[in-house]
Amino acid sequence: MSFASHYSYWVTVLLMVAGLYIVIARGNLIKKLVGLSIFQTSVYLLYIAPGKLIGGTAPIVSDLFKVYSNPLPHVLILTAIVVGIATIALGLAIVVRIREAYNSIEEDEILQADQGADRGAGA
Amino acid sequence: MTFAHLPALEVVVPLAAAPVAVLLRRAGPAWAVATAAFTFSFVAALLLAAEVAANGPISYHFGSWPPPWGIEYRVDALSAFVLVLVSGVAAAVVPYSWHSVAAELPRDQAYLFYAMYCLCGAGLLGMTVTGDAFNLFVFMEIASLSSYVLIALGRDRRALLAAYQYLILGTIGATFFVIGVGLLYLMTGTLNMADIAARLPPLAGSRPVLAALAFITVGVSLKLALFPLHFWLPNAYAYAPSSATALLAATATKVSVYVLLRFYFGIFGLQLVIDSLMPQILLVLSLVAIASASLVALWQSDLKRLFAWSSVAQIGYIMLGVSMASPEGLTAAVVHLFNHGITKGALFLLAGGIALRAGSTAMSCLHGLGRRIPLTSLGIVIAGLSLIGVPGTAGFVSKWYLVLGAIEAGRWWLAGFVVATSLIAVAYVWRFVEAAYLDEPGKAAPEPEEVPRAMLVPALAMATACVVFGLYTSWTVGAAQRAAGLLLGGSP
Amino acid sequence: MRREPVLRVVGKLLIPYTLLFALYVQFHGDFGPGGGFQAGVIAASAIIFYALIFGLPAARRLVPDAVVETMGALGALIYLGVGFAGLALGGNFLDYFVLDADPVAGQHRGIFWVEIGVLVTVAGVMLKIFYMFAGRGHGLDER
Repeated sequence: MSFASHYSYWVTVLLMVAGLYIVIARGNLIKKLVGLSIFQTSVYLLYIAPGKLIGGTAPIVSDLFKVYSNPLPHVLILTAIVVGIATIALGLAIVVRIREAYNSIEEDEILQADQGADRGAGA
Repeated sequence: MTFAHLPALEVVVPLAAAPVAVLLRRAGPAWAVATAAFTFSFVAALLLAAEVAANGPISYHFGSWPPPWGIEYRVDALSAFVLVLVSGVAAAVVPYSWHSVAAELPRDQAYLFYAMYCLCGAGLLGMTVTGDAFNLFVFMEIASLSSYVLIALGRDRRALLAAYQYLILGTIGATFFVIGVGLLYLMTGTLNMADIAARLPPLAGSRPVLAALAFITVGVSLKLALFPLHFWLPNAYAYAPSSATALLAATATKVSVYVLLRFYFGIFGLQLVIDSLMPQILLVLSLVAIASASLVALWQSDLKRLFAWSSVAQIGYIMLGVSMASPEGLTAAVVHLFNHGITKGALFLLAGGIALRAGSTAMSCLHGLGRRIPLTSLGIVIAGLSLIGVPGTAGFVSKWYLVLGAIEAGRWWLAGFVVATSLIAVAYVWRFVEAAYLDEPGKAAPEPEEVPRAMLVPALAMATACVVFGLYTSWTVGAAQRAAGLLLGGSP
Repeated sequence: MRREPVLRVVGKLLIPYTLLFALYVQFHGDFGPGGGFQAGVIAASAIIFYALIFGLPAARRLVPDAVVETMGALGALIYLGVGFAGLALGGNFLDYFVLDADPVAGQHRGIFWVEIGVLVTVAGVMLKIFYMFAGRGHGLDER
């Protein structure tokens, strides 16, 4: 197992871990969403890269070709991309509302504001 | 529409109700469409359950493509049982939400609430009935995204942060799940669950399959709020609108447990699960979940948060049953899935009634509620008894089977642990009883006025169901035993 | 930005071709990369481009809010309608075989209409997202 032959898997793991690290380590709400997006992108690579068969062509039936790449991962990832876009759009909409409600998009400032409200209300 | 198409219509009718509700643009028609859709789904689920009990599993081929090429919907004993729970709760909460939504949401957003409600219900039903692993991911995301919206519609501004945190954690969970499915697809070449199960045994010891098991476990555990991945749950349940909390608390985590059961025992198989040490890991996590969450629930200052932490503990009980990996253990898990669903559904519906009449669910506002809204308080006491596991209620049935499973495995200390932690539940239910019945109402308390009938009837119906299913256990326990037998014995 | 002559002229040249390209991508999804989702995003981006140059109120006059919200829901109903058509004509849900006398032509027809549904929904939703985000806080948001 050399680096060159499993190149796509190394990149997948790198993106996955980088994305997760950003989600955990960054307090800015939008940066978290960016990390989430990178994390989801690594999954797309995980599915599509093995779908390309050596010597395979695009999966459109033709008499000239015998080996076709697998079209199913592409279909799955189209769906996953749409799901990812919907998630990011929803996340950004929630961040816009949070910004309007708290006047900040830093997680620690927001949590502080909530704790202050809790203490003030005695709830 | 003939009977043969019910598996598809079960999911498609609520799914179609969502864009129709958006087009109708007014709260009344949107509510009517949602009610009609989920009533249809509930009736269809009952018919499907009867059919499966009589004639065995039903398989439905979308687009007439035979599996494993096409997407297959499979209704068997386990999925029929969960379908009845999800569609029943969804159908019960919609009439309730007419008043609750009117009180908690701006009038011009109500139709969007009902559209999201339909999508969430459709997503949960789709997760239950599908037989294709990636299709399950798609429905999981439909349900999750609509539940993020439902939570974010809460009145308190903290609902927004709760929805955001749930979004981040839930999406990580779903992505882990899809990584696991991807690894399974890479190893077996198919996405149909029955086909994966058939092709997996020769590959059972290989590292990608174990990695897939790990990824799927973590991903689904994030969705079902197993300790230590439960941090999103208390905030999300506490700040969401009452109808949304009732629907999510009763169904969302339960369907995630169903997914875990389906993948563990229906796809990976009992031997692989045991070899991978998952039962031991799940045992430890569920014990910590039960103990710590029950204790945290004792110190909560808000009723809905208390019930939310109690949910984390009850999910620990369900996972305790799963970790036993024995017929009694799985029976206990499936039965508690149902019983906890109706118990928590009843509790959150009634808590919504309190929010309507008392203005908030903070413990400080609960004084003297026993006199002001007597029926609602009585409902909470009944459902609370089910939460504790008093004989005669549904909760007792589940704990009974858990203890039975523990004794069967020779672990007497576990049986004692289940009983001991039920005492903590007594303590936190007592907090409500004390505030509602034994404290004097505050000086500014308004006149006693029960909650509207549309809210009271579904809530009390579910609370009564807790008692009914505690006394007449043959249907729930029978279905759970059939489901456990299906999971452990044969192919999915 | 509407005073910039270069942007205005290039915009008015490009936007029709972008919409045409969206339709091309839509109908050639059978034979090459493309399909409903990509076409919907390209079509929405044409309108968003218009909004960026000529301002959000102009875009709102061109494609009103009610139309955008209707598009979002209507496309989903078209998709489900194709599914129900399969049921009504005797097959399973989302059966394309039964939509025409020749099963292969039925497949073409089913995919065609399903992709139209996806195009309408995706374009509507993308525009709605843009309207909601861009109109916030400037008094242009109607909610």
